Amino acid sequence: MSVAVDVGDRAASRRQGGASRSLRRSGDWARRVPLLPALIFTIVVTQLPFVATLVISFMNWNAYYPNERGFAGFANFRSVLTDVAMRDAIITTIELTVTVVAVSLLLGLVVALLLDRSFLGRGAVRTMMITPFLVVPVAAALLWKHALYNPEYGLLNGVLKGVWGLFGAAGSAPQPDWITQMPLLSVEIALIWQWTPFMMLILLAGLQSRPLDVIEAARIDGAGSWQIFRYMTFPHLRQYLELGALLGSIYIVQNFDYVFTITSGGLGTANLPYAIYQTFYQAHDYGRASAAGVVVVIGTILIATLALRTVSSLFREETSR
Amino acid sequence: MTTLTKAEPAPESRTAGSAPHRKRPREGSRLLGFLAWVIGILFVLPVLWMLLTSLHSESDAATNPPKLAAPLTLQGYREFFGASSGASPWPSLLNSLTASVISTLLVLALAIPAAYALSIRPVRKWTDVLFFFLSTKMLPVVAGLLPIYLFAQKVHLLDNIWLLIVLYTSMNLPIAVWMMRSFLAEVPVEMLEAASVDGAGLTRTLTQVVGPVVMPGIAATSLICFIFSWNELLFARVLTATVAQTAPVFLTGFVTSQGLFLAKVCAAALVVSLPVMIAGFAAQDKLVQGLSLGAVK
Repeated sequence: MSVAVDVGDRAASRRQGGASRSLRRSGDWARRVPLLPALIFTIVVTQLPFVATLVISFMNWNAYYPNERGFAGFANFRSVLTDVAMRDAIITTIELTVTVVAVSLLLGLVVALLLDRSFLGRGAVRTMMITPFLVVPVAAALLWKHALYNPEYGLLNGVLKGVWGLFGAAGSAPQPDWITQMPLLSVEIALIWQWTPFMMLILLAGLQSRPLDVIEAARIDGAGSWQIFRYMTFPHLRQYLELGALLGSIYIVQNFDYVFTITSGGLGTANLPYAIYQTFYQAHDYGRASAAGVVVVIGTILIATLALRTVSSLFREETSR
Repeated sequence: MTTLTKAEPAPESRTAGSAPHRKRPREGSRLLGFLAWVIGILFVLPVLWMLLTSLHSESDAATNPPKLAAPLTLQGYREFFGASSGASPWPSLLNSLTASVISTLLVLALAIPAAYALSIRPVRKWTDVLFFFLSTKMLPVVAGLLPIYLFAQKVHLLDNIWLLIVLYTSMNLPIAVWMMRSFLAEVPVEMLEAASVDGAGLTRTLTQVVGPVVMPGIAATSLICFIFSWNELLFARVLTATVAQTAPVFLTGFVTSQGLFLAKVCAAALVVSLPVMIAGFAAQDKLVQGLSLGAVK
């Protein structure tokens, strides 16, 4: 009864003074309609699996022992957090991401500054710089592993032998086994090679959006190149540096292709995506793999919140402009 | 001589127009140009090396120090296309193409209306929605992989290209929403108002007013979505087997054979990268716009 009254009331108010409000309300829905397919699709495909992961992480579920499925409480989490391999994977992930992002950002900045000047063949150098980014990651990892790092016939050792050969000492040239002796560094170098162009492109676009008249004015006022870089270019570039770091981190934290191809996660290079892939794909321990997934997600949320705050402050600057 | 003198003023005036503050090149600036060349060559060198090795015979490819002037042959490419093993890469290349193209079209179909509702006629709290999309990109995909696998197993979608298409669509949708929003935000409101004053309906407004302005944005978005789908390995590796395997998965299974395989691997890596390279080189500017989620125009 009360419901009917309520509805009647609402209908009445809509007929009378609420006409404009209901118009706005239906306008709201008209605005929301184009958004809904994308929003619902994203929630169903990306969020529901995480909910399922969360549920499975509290279960005792191994594909090899299907009859023992049941509630496990926090046992999976305890085993993940006390597992040395998992802890190593966390440290490896952080080390890999920070190194690759920092070095490629720095190198990208240097190249972008060089390419911001006019010189003969600038377009050609820019095109050469972009090339690494356009190699499919698996293909790039195979290239580094077999054609460059290979101790017997890879390019790196070939160049070493060639250079030593110039001095008639080809036999005593150092021929390191790159991947075995420096596994993580090998993965990092290949990743830096591929991601420097990405950083360079973003930073170059940032440099070219500088207000040149202001810089010209500073130069006329007698500011030196270093002063202009320190007090004008760098502050302007800061948001582009942050954007590059954020986007680079998103992709490199999740990197799987390089670790999978170059070292197969051996020699201490297993990062979290690879470690989870392994527990799931090889051990078939679904409960533990899910618990690891939940730990990764919690860690990512902590970092992502910081990152998102950065983007949203950038974003506010942009919209207020 | 005359052609030389005639050709001269054009580049002069162009550099002067684009960068009026630049002084005459000094000794140091020539050095910096040289440095840029050195770095550029270092970065492109592995790719050139891949190209050269792919054109060598297997025995010439596996020498140390490397033989630069060895005779060229297409044997590596013939091997990649299954000359002696009989394993053709075409099914996997076609799978990659299908997954990339269809998922890109789906992404556009979902992202453009969504971006419209986040920029031109924004819903309330549109920034929150936008950041929700971005946040899904930060959650590691590997953490959701297991339920997807179990679900696909249950409904018999394992090794089915449509599963990859749906996943690639969800993977690229947030990026596309961000990019398309930033491009649609460029559409001047006055233009829309003028169109509606002139009595243009929604379809006409979209096709004749909004469309031309955002076409470059759609091109940039498609490019990025295509590249990311084409490159994807983890989903494809876990969720497909023989029928629906994509080109990157084919590549990972390529190096199991014994004996010399370097030329063959380089040829394979180049062929698989070729679509991305062609698209990327053809649309370098779009690449920047896309990679920065449309923040850089």
